[in-house]
Amino acid sequence: MAKLYSKELKHSETLKPTEETVKFLLSYSQALSVINCNKLKFEALLN
Amino acid sequence: MIMRKELISDAVLVSDYIDGNEKSLAVLIERHKQKVYSFIYSKVYDRDVTEDVFQDTFIKVIKTLKLGKYNEEGKFLPWVMRIAHNLVIDHFRKNNRMPKFDNSTEFNIFSVISDSSLNAEKRIIKEQVEDDVRRLIEELPDDQKQVLVMRMYKDMSFKEISELTGVSINTALGRMRYALINLRKVIDKHNIVLTN
Repeated sequence: MAKLYSKELKHSETLKPTEETVKFLLSYSQALSVINCNKLKFEALLN
Repeated sequence: MIMRKELISDAVLVSDYIDGNEKSLAVLIERHKQKVYSFIYSKVYDRDVTEDVFQDTFIKVIKTLKLGKYNEEGKFLPWVMRIAHNLVIDHFRKNNRMPKFDNSTEFNIFSVISDSSLNAEKRIIKEQVEDDVRRLIEELPDDQKQVLVMRMYKDMSFKEISELTGVSINTALGRMRYALINLRKVIDKHNIVLTN
């Protein structure tokens, strides 16, 4: 059986955003509200 | 729970999110974060930049979805990837206009602009060495000591020393020479280490 000499790439496991970034995005999404006013749309960030 | 999440298609999650279900966004990010992040990293090769571009990508996704401008149902991931791709291009454009110094190559800027001030340990050693030298000078005969102090500590020229002490320049030079010879002798004799 052929041996695998290449090391397993651990990179793919760690290649993901940090928890903080994901949390920030979810918080940002919750805080962002779009206000419709006479065919115009306004973005509002409410904390 | 995980099974259920996987069963819901992106299109359904997107439409749920547009309808106000914030949890759908969490599922979408969780589902695609690795692909999007890896894609960005494969272009920029920098963790911090990847993190920034990833964040900007999803901010754009969130805004577009909330503003109701999204119209590519069923093609959520390719759409996100396209946004990420455009932001990566923006990043490189911005960097070309305003190049940053890359410190990852062999040349290290800090080898040129290193901090020349001494650290606490070196400062103490320097003070000790200077103190030792002063004490050694004190042991020299008065005439030699006088010339050496004037030359080294008061930075006077041999002409000035000769005028002030009333001896010829040659005598002053000779006294300086003997002062140094005597200092070396004492240093060698007592194995005094005068380095820092």
